[in-house]
Amino acid sequence: MKYMTEFRDGRIAEKISAALAVESKNNVRIMEFCGGHTISLLKYGIPDLLPESIEMVSGPGCPVCVTSKAEIDAAIELAWRPDVMLASFGDMIRVPGTKGSLRQAKAEGADVRIVYSPDDAVRLAKENREKKVVFFAVGFETTAPVTASSVKLAESLNLDNYFLLSAHKTTPAILAALLAEEINLDGFVCPGHVTAITGTEMYGILTDAGKPCVVSGFEPLDILSSILSIVRQINRGAAETEIEYSRIVAPEGNLHARRIMEDVFRPADAVWRGLGVVPASGFKPSGDYRRFNACEEFGIEIDMDEKETKGCICDSILRGLKKPPDCKLFKTACTPEDPVGACMVSDEGTCSVYYRFHRAQRVEPEIVPA
Amino acid sequence: MSRRKFVTLAHGGGGKASSDLIEDIFMPEFSNELLESLSDGAVFNAPPGGRLAFSTDTFVIDPVFFPGGDIGSLAVHGTVNDLAVSGSVPKYLSAGFVLEEGFSLKELKKIARSMGEAARECGVSIVTGDTKVVARGGADKIFINTSGIGFMPDGVEISPKRVKKGDMIILSGSIGEHGIAILTLRKGLEFDTELVSDSRPLHELVKTMLEAETGIRMMRDPTRGGLAAALNEIAASSGNGIIIEEKAIPIKDSVRGVCEILGLDVLNVANEGKLVAFVPPESADKVLSAMREHPAGREASIIGSVGGTEPGRVEMKTEFIGSRIVEPLVGDQLPRIC
Repeated sequence: MKYMTEFRDGRIAEKISAALAVESKNNVRIMEFCGGHTISLLKYGIPDLLPESIEMVSGPGCPVCVTSKAEIDAAIELAWRPDVMLASFGDMIRVPGTKGSLRQAKAEGADVRIVYSPDDAVRLAKENREKKVVFFAVGFETTAPVTASSVKLAESLNLDNYFLLSAHKTTPAILAALLAEEINLDGFVCPGHVTAITGTEMYGILTDAGKPCVVSGFEPLDILSSILSIVRQINRGAAETEIEYSRIVAPEGNLHARRIMEDVFRPADAVWRGLGVVPASGFKPSGDYRRFNACEEFGIEIDMDEKETKGCICDSILRGLKKPPDCKLFKTACTPEDPVGACMVSDEGTCSVYYRFHRAQRVEPEIVPA
Repeated sequence: MSRRKFVTLAHGGGGKASSDLIEDIFMPEFSNELLESLSDGAVFNAPPGGRLAFSTDTFVIDPVFFPGGDIGSLAVHGTVNDLAVSGSVPKYLSAGFVLEEGFSLKELKKIARSMGEAARECGVSIVTGDTKVVARGGADKIFINTSGIGFMPDGVEISPKRVKKGDMIILSGSIGEHGIAILTLRKGLEFDTELVSDSRPLHELVKTMLEAETGIRMMRDPTRGGLAAALNEIAASSGNGIIIEEKAIPIKDSVRGVCEILGLDVLNVANEGKLVAFVPPESADKVLSAMREHPAGREASIIGSVGGTEPGRVEMKTEFIGSRIVEPLVGDQLPRIC
């Protein structure tokens, strides 16, 4: 299929793999920040194509996973209010908070609606004027502009019954937090879709710290060639931001989307599941748009004291310090059906991706006949 | 046909309205000698060999009518296919209906007609049935249960226990069409595709296959949970590993496209007219060519073999040159697809 098979050509992969085998000299640890990259890595078996000197480490870039239990508890609390209809993306509803998930609440009778876009939530508000519709907004800068534009849509329709419970997270703040931890990483495969909005400026803190950054697409060849670019930067002692995903990403990002986002939201401290409070790492509707903030409308405070479940090592996994098979709960007490920790809750979570695609043994790839 | 246009609670009451419903709607479409006797049970002779296959399935699909079929044809094909992949010749079906008060009689008639047509196409008779009506909101429109009996030919034994290392795995055609066709109809996900469900009977394909090789070891129709679930179940119950090749699996471009956009793994998507067969290696080519002669197996392909690195594990060589494990679907990808 056009524009897909081109990026999945095994023969090109074999050439990049061969180049990596020759060019990768020292042991390096490279973080793929984004959950979408983790999926592609394991779904296509990319680790089999890397020399043993390259270790790939998954980062905290799964928005569903890092939504805190307290944020989910708040969503459930709102969904039980008789005057509220809570709208959520489908993958959020099975994520457990401290007292069950939105799916459980829905089964027990709370008014939880699944939407595919925040604009669908605005439509619910328009069609159900007697209810207060709260959209449970999650995601990084990829989804935040769409949420922001739904607020503008609600404003243009003069709706006074549309609100946001914003659990949005921001990428620059978490990159800074990761860097402050002095974790042992030599380079970053940076998130393609987030960067398409934000632009590449935010990677300055990483390159200033000597970490090469390559903004990558999500096809297996994108990721493989981004890894090669990072290795080449390391070899020549460089630390720059490169855009491999140039078919989508411009250095300045998407100015229109940024403007909408900056217009509606202001940064706010946010609590990350597994990581705790990260200063200025969230988005709250502010200024002219403050009245859309569900926390203010309903007088809700998000508990910032996030405690991880005993035995769960998600905090170390999200920081790239440990891998899912290191966890005693992985595939035993903690499964995608019944997740214990943050990284198992979403399809993009590191533990969930490992659960579905990761094989214990390394297998030498078969050479594709020319 | 009754002047009432909608199903009422009286239709399930066992009185006049109930018998009107049977006489007006079901009998004309299902008519056969055993059913027309209107006794409480159908009585028939067992095959000379004495072995029977027995299977049941319940259908709650939403929407009731979809491109490529409706709940009626699906309810017949579903049980016929379960009987067929057990190695039997499907013979008799029962049909149980749960109707919601207010369901349109015209639509019920249409569903009964499509069940009757599907049954005739499959060479099975609907020989016994039951109808219940629940108050509005107690069910959604219509649910159908079908159970079926098939006659087992001598010498045929289909069981995961017979699967052996080295067996070849044959898939009868492209995957994911039923699940994606239903998904694209759901509210809020309106995709414009030409996709239709692959719902179709497989009994004739199976007959052709067993004529080519009586010793086929195992067959399954990968419905809910898709190919991944079917292969994992067989790997687990046979105690063997399975290795498949991604590029050997036929997938239509439109299915591939929707799966890409929605981030679905096509291996988890439901089928209603496909089967996967485990065949001794020496007869794989013979079975494959027999399948390709049949319209339901035109695109049949050998997708892998029994072996791999770990008992009970399904692995896949990716279109890329790596490999990964194939896990069954976790959670509900899409409710009420069959």
